[in-house]
Amino acid sequence: MAITREDVLHVAALAQLELSEQEIARLTEQLGDILEAVGKVSELDLSDVPPTSHPLSVVNVFRPDEPRPCLPLEDVFANAPERDGDHFRVPPTGVAEESSA
Amino acid sequence: MTLDTLRLTAEEAKGLLERREVSGAELRAAYREAIDTRNEELNCFLTLVDADENDGVPIALKDVISTKGVRTTAGSKILDEYVPVFDSTVADRCKAAGLQLLGKTNTDEFAMGSSTENSAYGPTRNPWDPERVPGGSGGGSAAAVSAGLAAWALGSDTGGSIKQPSALCGNVGLRPTYGTVSRYGIVAFASSLDQVGPVTKTVRDNALLYGIISGRDDRDSTTVEVPAVELPEAEDLKGLRVGVPRELNQAEGIEPGVAESVRRAIDLCAELGAQVGECELPRSVEYGLACYYLIAPAEASSNLARYDGVRYGLRVPADSYHELVARTRDAGFGDEPKRRIMLGTYALSAGYYEAYYGQAQKVRTVIAREFESAFESFDVLMSPTSPTVAFKIGEKSGNPLAMYLTDVLTIPPNMAGLPGLSIPCGLSEGLPVGLQLIGPQFSENTLFRAGHALERAIGFDTVPERLR
Amino acid sequence: MAEWESVIGLEIHVQLKTRTKMFCGCEAGFGGEPNTRTCPVCLAFPGALPVPNATAVEWTIKLGHALNCRIAEHAVFHRKNYFYPDNPKGYQISQYDEPLCLDGSFVVPAEDGDSVVGIVRAHLEEDAAKTVHVGGATGRIVGAAHSNVDFNRGGTPLVEIVTRPDIRSAEQAKRFLQLLRQTIVELGISDAEMEKGTLRADANVSVRQVGETGYRTRSELKNMNSFNHIARGIDAELRRQIETWESGREVVQETLDYEVKSDTVTPRRRKEEADDYRYFPEPDLVPLAPQRDLVERLHGELPELPGARIRRFEEQYGLSYYDAEVLNGSAALAALYEQVALDGVDAKAVSNVLMNEFSATGVDPATVNGAELGKVIAARATIPREAFMRALAESGDPEFRSETYLGETLVGDRSELEPLVDRILAGNPGQVEAYRGGKEGLLGFFVGQVMKETGGKADPRIVNELLRDKLSA
Ligand SMILES: [Mg+2]
Ligand SMILES: [Zn+2]
Repeated sequence: MAITREDVLHVAALAQLELSEQEIARLTEQLGDILEAVGKVSELDLSDVPPTSHPLSVVNVFRPDEPRPCLPLEDVFANAPERDGDHFRVPPTGVAEESSA
Repeated sequence: MTLDTLRLTAEEAKGLLERREVSGAELRAAYREAIDTRNEELNCFLTLVDADENDGVPIALKDVISTKGVRTTAGSKILDEYVPVFDSTVADRCKAAGLQLLGKTNTDEFAMGSSTENSAYGPTRNPWDPERVPGGSGGGSAAAVSAGLAAWALGSDTGGSIKQPSALCGNVGLRPTYGTVSRYGIVAFASSLDQVGPVTKTVRDNALLYGIISGRDDRDSTTVEVPAVELPEAEDLKGLRVGVPRELNQAEGIEPGVAESVRRAIDLCAELGAQVGECELPRSVEYGLACYYLIAPAEASSNLARYDGVRYGLRVPADSYHELVARTRDAGFGDEPKRRIMLGTYALSAGYYEAYYGQAQKVRTVIAREFESAFESFDVLMSPTSPTVAFKIGEKSGNPLAMYLTDVLTIPPNMAGLPGLSIPCGLSEGLPVGLQLIGPQFSENTLFRAGHALERAIGFDTVPERLR
Repeated sequence: MAEWESVIGLEIHVQLKTRTKMFCGCEAGFGGEPNTRTCPVCLAFPGALPVPNATAVEWTIKLGHALNCRIAEHAVFHRKNYFYPDNPKGYQISQYDEPLCLDGSFVVPAEDGDSVVGIVRAHLEEDAAKTVHVGGATGRIVGAAHSNVDFNRGGTPLVEIVTRPDIRSAEQAKRFLQLLRQTIVELGISDAEMEKGTLRADANVSVRQVGETGYRTRSELKNMNSFNHIARGIDAELRRQIETWESGREVVQETLDYEVKSDTVTPRRRKEEADDYRYFPEPDLVPLAPQRDLVERLHGELPELPGARIRRFEEQYGLSYYDAEVLNGSAALAALYEQVALDGVDAKAVSNVLMNEFSATGVDPATVNGAELGKVIAARATIPREAFMRALAESGDPEFRSETYLGETLVGDRSELEPLVDRILAGNPGQVEAYRGGKEGLLGFFVGQVMKETGGKADPRIVNELLRDKLSA
């Protein structure tokens, strides 16, 4: 499976990685090789096989709806690169789109 | 009392403490002295802890294991200054058992690698030959135990990161059944595969430490109740059915010296009373690696999305949020995480999911079924842990595919959530060879029993020859 | 040219009012200083893991039942991957192709019959955090100097409901949402308040010509925070689409914001890759397999829902659709109505009093002793108006007793009222003349004057008689 420079740029944008020209070139080549190797999985006809997303056959693990203590603010912000009062500060998103969840 | 940390097992150290023949402080001092002597050359520790509230057997933790108040980098620049405000469950359980923390050990960045060369803090060196890698990603923990810098250690294993470095450094390493050890507080690589386990000098030490860390944790909903851990005593293998999967033992790239050592260990099984027979895992070995290198990077691409420079970790300033995130991630992640994030993102992206990730999940089912059927006839399967002994630093670091191949034997059981124990079974070219024992889910007690009997029979000297 | 038909589907997010968040033990709900309701899990610190809230799962199943959904035997949480400051893990835990509830329908009664809106799915997910945009020239998102993130809301359980495109008008969409809201509130699983954001709705809007079977391109309408705005937004978008098609242009698929002030829709600026969410099963969580006895128990716990109750009220009490709907505006009002009407008081009279005079008092129907209020309503013709109104206003008082008001009798003695009537007629000669000239509607004016003078205590029957006698004399 050949992977193009455009593919790499698209994937880098999805993954939010600002790659250097050198990295783009190297990754285009390496990802092509790796994808060719891992593309081996499609040799098998597995149309009747169910997927496994989890190695254990456990289901229904829950937590009771009971509050636990939250972190004190000093811990919340202990590692914060930038803090504005009791908020985490980030530069503007520039896009009028919020998670609508 | 002079303490030879190269030879002292954790069990012996525990005995000395219990009999008050040595104090916790003396024990700590002995390991600190060993660290002072040998860590500079080996680069096992990323962070050392000077004092600890506990005074039990000293332990080292792989630096993906969150420790409250102690820097936890995961071998990455993006977490260079990150100090967790909470303990992982395993760190918590070690504390509760009185173990004293010596420090945090080197790892491939985000546990991605098989040589510990991908650490942002430089490679760890193999105590048997400092020109060689200790294996990875948990090379720091394995080398530390091997060189007497810690009585025991914890690693984490996704594709082989406990078993393979244990093999290359001549230690005992257990990758437990998925779900037996809590992942809470473990810097995630691939959630459906990651599992924390003990790295020790002996099988009994390993069982002791596994007993401390294992068991259901209500903060990790993928953990389950675990059978009580039994310390192995028996020195025979009577009644044990040992399977030798042809593909795992004859895979391309297994060095003759490695194959030979493993063959001898399997012969020993028969002498110790086990029934030994051949079996097959045709597709597990052929497709396991490809399956792994789709699933693990896909999960990793998502697990590493939280490193955005907003709440913790490195931040490269920028005028907009998206620029900030992209620049932070470019500057903070090394080559291997970037490669895997890219690969995983691609495998999950629109139009490719079915062919790559979806198909890999089906292969995972195939692998699990093959092992299941092998375990209808056998209690334990055996193979080399690594196709090779420790290789030279730099030998494979330019070729990701060649590096990925080093996990070809550890990956298949991992895909099925199976436990695997690696014990040293001899030397090849003067370097340790690891024997991999694979059992059905929750068969840790069987693996300990088999491992212990073999360990006694083999009589491997875990102290690197150059340090004796 | 053929007529246009509206094709509307809704996507609704309902914030559950569980005590704690969806995947961690932090307290959920309003209040709390910024970032004080957070922990390693909802801040996405390295290594933190989600554990699902049992109550949230049960409530989602309950809501699924209320929407006549099939409750899946096997459901899975998926990760939805995207970068935004309010999304700390870089993915939202949601559900994708194996949701908890699917294939339902919701019946919306109306005057001219029921309409049935198909429900594609109802699934459980976690809410995003709150981003406050600070500074900048316009104070809006675009152009803000920076943004501040508060993770208190992040991780609150949300149920997302997706309808089929079965809705045919903005008004119908509004009615659907009102009844859905009422249903959710009565299930006790959410406050479902649009102003507070605990109920949010987006609309997928397209048009087609009557007789067309397929669907034309749809747009997604967001940013509407009241039922009225939703109706107006949909109407504005329908107008725009019809105009677009009629002028020979094409409607393009896009996300739009409704601007209330100008009553127009405006396209959102979007990131190019925003749509590739790379869903995959959340490996930190095991699947859901709701046990059938639990599913049945939750079904058994469903109260009678407002839609069904409206129809029952029409039938059982002979009420008009309008009355039945108004009385079912809240479960408490409906319950009060039934308590009083079942007590033998005339059903129509009860509905009139409750819908009008009682509602005007603002008294919470849940606090009213229905039996006592019923006695007052039954006696309303024989007690002074003023006492009756006072009784309604005081009916929420725990001490409220009907005797207090029933003891007050009307002045019904002709000899006592006659001088007063004479005085009023004498004082208003113009009106008397007009009445006698044929403006008989003025009778009410004279009655009103008498009532005013007596403080509402005159028996209106006697006053009417007296006035008629005297005016026709
Ligand atoms: Mg949603
Ligand atoms: Zn929380």
